[in-house]
Amino acid sequence: MSTGFAYPDHEARAAEAAEAARARAAGETPEFETEKMSLNMGPSHPSTHGVFRLQMELDGETLTKADPVIGYLHRGDEKIAENMTYNQFVPYTDRLDYLAPLANNMAYAIAVEKLAGLTVPPRCQAIRVITAELARISSHLMGLGAFGLDVGAWTVLVWCLNEREKLYRLFEELTGARFTTSYTRIGGVTRDVPPDWLGHVNTFCDEFLPMLEETLAMLTRNKIFMDRTVDVGVISKADALAYGLTGPNLRGSGVALDLRKDKPYSGYENYEFDVPVGSKGDCYDRYLVRGEEMRQSARIIKQAVAKFPGGAWFAEDAKKIFNPPKDKVLTSMEELIQHFMLVTEGPQMPAGEVYFEAENPKGILGFYIVSKGGGVPYRLKIRSPSFCNLSIIPKVSVGCLISDVVAILGSFDFVMGECDR
Amino acid sequence: MPADAATALKEKFPQATARPSVDHPAFNVPIADVPAVLAFLRDELAFELLMDVTAIDNGEHSSPRFTVVYHVLSVTHPGAYLRIAADCANDAEPTAPSVVALWAGANWHEREVYDMFGIKFTGHPDLRRILMWDGYPYHPLRKEFPLAGIETDLPVEDIAEETGTKVIAAPMQGGPFVASPGEINLTEAEPRAKDETWSDRRAKPGHSELRQVKE
Repeated sequence: MSTGFAYPDHEARAAEAAEAARARAAGETPEFETEKMSLNMGPSHPSTHGVFRLQMELDGETLTKADPVIGYLHRGDEKIAENMTYNQFVPYTDRLDYLAPLANNMAYAIAVEKLAGLTVPPRCQAIRVITAELARISSHLMGLGAFGLDVGAWTVLVWCLNEREKLYRLFEELTGARFTTSYTRIGGVTRDVPPDWLGHVNTFCDEFLPMLEETLAMLTRNKIFMDRTVDVGVISKADALAYGLTGPNLRGSGVALDLRKDKPYSGYENYEFDVPVGSKGDCYDRYLVRGEEMRQSARIIKQAVAKFPGGAWFAEDAKKIFNPPKDKVLTSMEELIQHFMLVTEGPQMPAGEVYFEAENPKGILGFYIVSKGGGVPYRLKIRSPSFCNLSIIPKVSVGCLISDVVAILGSFDFVMGECDR
Repeated sequence: MPADAATALKEKFPQATARPSVDHPAFNVPIADVPAVLAFLRDELAFELLMDVTAIDNGEHSSPRFTVVYHVLSVTHPGAYLRIAADCANDAEPTAPSVVALWAGANWHEREVYDMFGIKFTGHPDLRRILMWDGYPYHPLRKEFPLAGIETDLPVEDIAEETGTKVIAAPMQGGPFVASPGEINLTEAEPRAKDETWSDRRAKPGHSELRQVKE
């Protein structure tokens, strides 16, 4: 994935920085005295992508210290989860990574299904795979557009948003909502795919791929873009593992960990796709990985549509979890009682502990559920990828220029809703 | 290899006991051994990624009250997970050894556990709150902390003085319905907000108490 050539100015800049670092370490007096300045970036700043604050200590234009401050969007999702039934928590998962709600729904649903011992039929799995990959494309488009905007490419953002609009139309057709879908249920999905929807998805993929190539072509060999991203924010393999980076950020550093391949869930083992891996671990690699992942997602979607299975779209034994149909509730005693118990006590789960991780667009999203029986989780921990990805910022950004920090933050593609939970 | 991981761990650390789990192999270890166990897992058994550090509050009057839980994932043997759990010795002032020396990424996870549960990690380089503001007086994920929250002063003193407002508990009437786990009394069975501030049985506090604007 290397670019094949290096710019001389990058080498010169690296040499300068190394020389300055050596001089500082040796205690030599510089030509003129500089003064440290502290600067707040955020909590509301266009390039922090949410309410994220970076307390920086600057020496001239170079960072000497960075301290991220998070928690501005902390809503206490884990506390809320301990006080409501398993079914009621599904809409809350939409609000974690709000750029890919369908993927979050799926991760949560599979975690609870593992606890309940449910297996969902192939049709439901295929629906989930299609929606999760559409969500991945949608999230990466936003990440790419915002990254482009951070380094000055306005057109990329507009084109990406244009593509996302088509995706939102697909989501609306399927789930009834554009943004907060809450489509996946424990043990199945809300409703079957509407007629024609798969055709629309196929059409979208066919139109999207050329458009994606054109969008990426605007950045991939762009002199300005490469100057801003190549050799900026390099994360070594060892660092990426030590800090627990996941998703495109980890793969950009050259670790080929993708749970869709390594620990397949929801029938991912039935599809052919490649896992892109970066070589250097700089911002440019992370960008390339995301671009390639979108192509692979489109490939998965096309395969899933081609071999879309028939059958039921919810698990047979999900009757203990799903609300019965409304007309039955209003006319028959059995269903009325079941509905009442579901609403008041929630779906009854066995006691036990479950940890499930799904490969989300931002990284690996994990749900750790401790159940003591009954319809309410005793403890629910959300392992959020953005949280772990951000923890490396103090290490990566020290020694960079302020403008590099903007590129680094853009290349991480984090979402504060998920980071703060 | 992942299949042997459990046996290798048992051989090396006979004090590790199996922990009931639905999915991945899980072990209870004494809290003092956690760094040694995790170092062994990382270096000998190739569990390179520390995925998650969290804690469980076992209830207000139970002992041991807090359990710290670690999840590790192997990159070499893809998809192999292991769960390590350790009970904190002291119920009132729980402590746990920090594993930041093994994984730098544990830094934020442990800060979060300290923030939410009040478990102090000995040897942590920078144990500050992370999600709540500095100086917040409670640990929100402890079981005795009410869902609605507790009234506290604003984090910034001069703003608090200027406005005379406080961080108030969330009015939960009409908020998300809260289910009661397990055995229910049918008169209580109607879905209702588990209310800490007001309900149909406790009068709504006056408007003046909610918005204390200084005259």
